[in-house]
Amino acid sequence: MNCTRTMIWTIAAPLLIGAAGAAFAGEQIGFEIAARSDRSDLGFGDSSVELQMILRNAAGQESTRSLHIMTLEKPDETVGDKSLVVFDTPRDIEGTALLSHAKILDPDDQWLYLPALKRVKRISSANKSGPFVGSEFAFEDFTAVELNKFDYTFLREEPCGELTCDVVERTPRYENSGYTKQISWVDQSNYQLRRVEFYDRRGDLLKVLELADYRNYDGIWRAHNLSMSNVQTNKRTDLIYGDYTFKTGQSENDFVKGQLTRLR
Amino acid sequence: MRIVTLFGFLLVALSPLSPARGGEVDLSGNLELQARSFWRDPAWAGQDDRAVQGSIASAAEIRWYNEAGDQRASIIPFLRVDTTDEERSLADLREAYWAFESQDFELLIGANTVFWGVTESAHLVDIVNQTDFAGDIDGDDKLGQPMVSLTLLNDWGEISAFVMPYFRERTFAGIDGRFRPPLSVDTDRATYESSREENHVDLALRYSHYIGDLDVGLNVFSGTSREPRFVPSQDGQSLLPMYDQIGQFGVDLQYTKEAWLWKLEAIARDGVMHSFAAAVAGFEYTFYQVNDSAADVGLLLEYQYDRRNQFEPVTIADNDVFIGTRVALNDVQDTAVLAGVSYDADTGEIFVDIEAERRFGENWFAELRVRAFSGADPGDTTWWLQKDGHVLVNLTRYF
Repeated sequence: MNCTRTMIWTIAAPLLIGAAGAAFAGEQIGFEIAARSDRSDLGFGDSSVELQMILRNAAGQESTRSLHIMTLEKPDETVGDKSLVVFDTPRDIEGTALLSHAKILDPDDQWLYLPALKRVKRISSANKSGPFVGSEFAFEDFTAVELNKFDYTFLREEPCGELTCDVVERTPRYENSGYTKQISWVDQSNYQLRRVEFYDRRGDLLKVLELADYRNYDGIWRAHNLSMSNVQTNKRTDLIYGDYTFKTGQSENDFVKGQLTRLR
Repeated sequence: MRIVTLFGFLLVALSPLSPARGGEVDLSGNLELQARSFWRDPAWAGQDDRAVQGSIASAAEIRWYNEAGDQRASIIPFLRVDTTDEERSLADLREAYWAFESQDFELLIGANTVFWGVTESAHLVDIVNQTDFAGDIDGDDKLGQPMVSLTLLNDWGEISAFVMPYFRERTFAGIDGRFRPPLSVDTDRATYESSREENHVDLALRYSHYIGDLDVGLNVFSGTSREPRFVPSQDGQSLLPMYDQIGQFGVDLQYTKEAWLWKLEAIARDGVMHSFAAAVAGFEYTFYQVNDSAADVGLLLEYQYDRRNQFEPVTIADNDVFIGTRVALNDVQDTAVLAGVSYDADTGEIFVDIEAERRFGENWFAELRVRAFSGADPGDTTWWLQKDGHVLVNLTRYF
């Protein structure tokens, strides 16, 4: 009896340790791929961009929102970027703005500005998985994606279009995520995200994000066409970006809640 | 000629628009059609007995930003024409200011609207702008306040100082209108405690910041009370608004944790005859993505308390509990419903308020509102509104 158990362990132990080692290596590689991608963005300073958000329902009906986004880089990987999203259309929400101070694992600090009442409201950021302004993007997809918000596992490499991609699984480390995991495709040439699959709380494929039309701004890459398809509802949201402007001289004071009332 | 100019201006305002950037002028506007339908005959002599009363309102927004991004100007004329009550017709400049800002300060000169506070069922600390009470009894409609304001931005928060050289009188329904006491308010014969009347220079100071999950606002006000008390006219035919000098300290706090918002607004006021305190406190808790849908359902509970005596301007929020729910479908049309009941613990009165809204297409927005009052006895704080339960439909076209 004892003998048998010892024998099993003698055979199994190296296998288990080997598997654990491989898993560890997979995590290490996965993190490094994600870190290389994240750090390719380092030093952008601040950015400003206008975009169109096109929402399509399953029947193909379209609805468009235009907005602009300003982002202030926080180079320290232990704190998140600050961002300001301002809506220009539809007209009834013109001037509505969302200010986010992203955190890594703690909930983000967020304020919403309602121009009709000129009211600034601190809002709960626990609603990470909720749809952002009726789109297929959840709040957690839209706020800055920070390196340390996820654990990573390298899965494989495979061709993606004309490029070769590393396929990395990432699982959210923060609370209230609507996802059990995300599978991401990062190209090996410019280290940019090309595609992400989102798996819901039941583990089923929920959404697919395609990132295209990458342009290089003095070494900083930005995708200008993001398409999020919900495979369960057949709804889709496209984000069509205009040209980015970097280093516009924005400072911390442009990302304080009082600034929301002075945007226009 | 003037009409032609106005027309040209409107055509520009109605042309396809893009958001203003440096050096540009941004023009936009809206046109609002409103019908209020009352299910009971009016309570007081002189009130128009038409069951459906309509109004039309329009606002134009003209905004300018300079190339450098450190100056901006805004003009928002607002016009409302009521078919029933001429006192509800209004021409106002909601905004008409020029502002200069740098990294750590902003100077603003002109008329502007400023909101302070956190609670939903009452706005206690919000004191800068006068309420357009004829516009709507919820107190959310405001009149532009002439001011010079200076805001300083610091690491430890934001400080704003306001010098307000001119006072705006509260609007009230006229003799024909609903939502008035048995005697109508004669706004042409307002009186003031200050001999400078509406030219009294009011002062306010506000500090605002956040510390982690806690948002803090502190403010002080010294000047003409935005709330009038009422004195019967000598002929006994109307009520005359009387605006006293007051001093007020206010605090608003919100603690945001997970799906909880904990809120408090409190004031201490040196009023007409005495000093008193008032507060509104409560919470909002939201269930996100209910039943795996996109919809959020929030629960609101607030308690309103006010220690003022009978010599001060009347408040209905003296010892009341507000329970409400907020439903946001998070759909493309931003469909949302806010429904609430206020219960007066002293008199047992109930006030029901249901508000639903959604967008139609890209440029239309519709609002449906139902309000009902149970107050019936002269001792009730809403007894004068007892027949004014109504359904309100608001249709707005944005340009």
